Amino acid sequence: MIRLERVRFLYEDMEMEFSLDVERGSFVAVTGPSGAGKSTLLALIAGFETQVSGSIHLDTRDMADVPPEQRPVSMIFQDHNTFSHLDLWKNVALGISPGLRLDKTQRARVDEAMSLAGLGELKHRLPGEISGGERQRVAIARALVRDRPILLLDEAFASLGPALRRDMLDLVKTLHKDRGLTVLMVSHQPEDARYAAGQVAFVHQGRILALRPTLKFFTARDIPEIADYLGDWSAAR
Amino acid sequence: MKPGGIFALAAILLAVIAGLAPVVVIGLSEGLMRADPYLFRVIRFTLLQAALSTIISILLAIPIARALARQRFPGRFLIVRLFMLPLALPAIVAILGIVTVYGAGGWLGGAFDLYGLAGILIAHVFFNAPLSARLILSRLETIPPESFRLGANLGFHGAQVFRLIEWPQIRPALAGIATLIFLLCTASFAVVLTLGGGPQATTLEVAIYQALRFDFDPARATALALVQVAICCALALYAGRFTGLTLGAPPLRRTQIRYDGTAPLSRIGDALILLASLAIVLPPIVAVVMSGMAGLRLDRDLIPAMLTSLGLAGSAAILAACLAWPLAAPRFATLGNLATLGAYIIPPAVLATGWFILLSRYSGTNALAPVLVIALNALMALPFAYGVLAPAVAEAGSRHDRLCAGLGIAGFNRFRLIDLPALKRPLTLALVMAGIVSLGDLTAITLFGTQDFVTLPSLIYRQMGSYRMEQAAATSLVLALFAFVLITVTESLGTRDDPA
Repeated sequence: MIRLERVRFLYEDMEMEFSLDVERGSFVAVTGPSGAGKSTLLALIAGFETQVSGSIHLDTRDMADVPPEQRPVSMIFQDHNTFSHLDLWKNVALGISPGLRLDKTQRARVDEAMSLAGLGELKHRLPGEISGGERQRVAIARALVRDRPILLLDEAFASLGPALRRDMLDLVKTLHKDRGLTVLMVSHQPEDARYAAGQVAFVHQGRILALRPTLKFFTARDIPEIADYLGDWSAAR
Repeated sequence: MKPGGIFALAAILLAVIAGLAPVVVIGLSEGLMRADPYLFRVIRFTLLQAALSTIISILLAIPIARALARQRFPGRFLIVRLFMLPLALPAIVAILGIVTVYGAGGWLGGAFDLYGLAGILIAHVFFNAPLSARLILSRLETIPPESFRLGANLGFHGAQVFRLIEWPQIRPALAGIATLIFLLCTASFAVVLTLGGGPQATTLEVAIYQALRFDFDPARATALALVQVAICCALALYAGRFTGLTLGAPPLRRTQIRYDGTAPLSRIGDALILLASLAIVLPPIVAVVMSGMAGLRLDRDLIPAMLTSLGLAGSAAILAACLAWPLAAPRFATLGNLATLGAYIIPPAVLATGWFILLSRYSGTNALAPVLVIALNALMALPFAYGVLAPAVAEAGSRHDRLCAGLGIAGFNRFRLIDLPALKRPLTLALVMAGIVSLGDLTAITLFGTQDFVTLPSLIYRQMGSYRMEQAAATSLVLALFAFVLITVTESLGTRDDPA
């Protein structure tokens, strides 16, 4: 469960305030115009930014003063998810031990996660030797071995082509279903939200204006900001 | 190539050939390879002091840069700016400050003998540790914020952040930074001239000057000069492999949000490191200001020297920018790099030696002295001006070339209407950086200066030589103030384009 209660944050001269309730095991797409505060919302949940006031509860636990590594969260960014001088296996293994000291069982877990992410054959490659999609698979495999209940995707697949993006979404959907993960996915692509998410949170000028089922989000026109944002998108499909 | 480019290239080539050819001809005719023990001693000392200076500077710079990268505190910006000052401070001014602090009768009561290897190392570390720290800091600040977020998310502690995130970013640049520092120390003139302790502590650059000025032994100067060229050439070609290495001050990006270094022990450690760095940089600067203020009065030599310095620095900066601009076109990047590299690898003392020999055979150097100093200073400043202009010209070209071609805007019209307004800021930056190099230069003026042709650095050198330390301090303060104004302009021009 993710609960944000009047979480205030100041970014330069923009004041944001987020309130949000996400049930455990939900898949929520976070969408909205550029600069609305979507990535900031994820950064606050992950502990990379600190709110001025308000509270964040993850799995009922108050996150005040809880550092990022102790939060029940794995996060995947659009870029820079890998350490370029370490091979893929080590990049994934860092999810278990930052010192890369793993016992036999943990090594097996890394191997298993890599296989699940479709990286079984690429273990000893460096990130520079694989494609962008494969690099995001590495980040997903690492999130798997970390075994945290919440997965945050900050435009994680934005730089991939449509087919690859669909592959990644399939992989995340499978994990979401099999492992009961709660997923928050920032995305600018309405198709991705409609394909993968059960709910959509709409962020506008530092506020969450709506959290509603995906179908309703794309069909209802009761909130002018959402109607402006979508234009005739849903009508065209 | 456009006519401007051809002219600039020809002028640089002519200057370099005119400097090298007489040296080589005399050297060959008088028995070049008189490899006496003195020559070997000078080579050994040159390399030893450069190697030690480089190692100490970089070993100090890494923790300093790291502490600055991960801690946020009031005044951090001032420290970063302070680290630019040694780079801009004319060597002779810094040396005076170092003598005031560490010399016999200085603040530390002459705790050790400053004249010799120790003094040279202190001065070189004073100049190069902040420069290295600044270069390493700029590397650290190019690390994407996601890496630190990922590190925080995965629970990396300080050592792991260094090993897995920072070191991989620093390591590729380290060889380039080390080579640059080594090159600067190898070609160091003012420091060794003033703090070197006679034949036991002399570098090639100073030995060339001594061979010409005091011994009038062109054959020895030639042998020394050729060794110097060979060493600098090898180093510069090696350094050329490291792309992205900036001469001068790389602009800093917006400071990163860091999640490591927040533990009390880390904070205390970083604070101690930064205090130690201030203990290296601050005392000589404070010494110059304090002794300068105490001795400040209108000396009858001060105003002419000041006007001469400003005139020479302004002219040299304009000449350097005029040579650098046409060479900065991306199509001629290789030629431009080679030309500026040529000006960099041939040490100024060698060029001056050649010009001195050439002109002394025909007329004499006194009448042409200002022209020679301007030309030499312009060549010394060329890599800095080119380093600033080339990327800006390339970027402006990529934005405007097609549009200009489509609209038929070319030649002087393009320069006047498009390039000059678009490149006003980098051009000013290039001029200021070239001005800084020229303003603090002691090499050219020492070789071509006369009783009546004096700049601020040569006046300080003369005052120090005649033990008029109070006057030297006052002159140093004036020169330091000019340098400070120029470096402030550089900083503001260099950071204005930073991504917010």
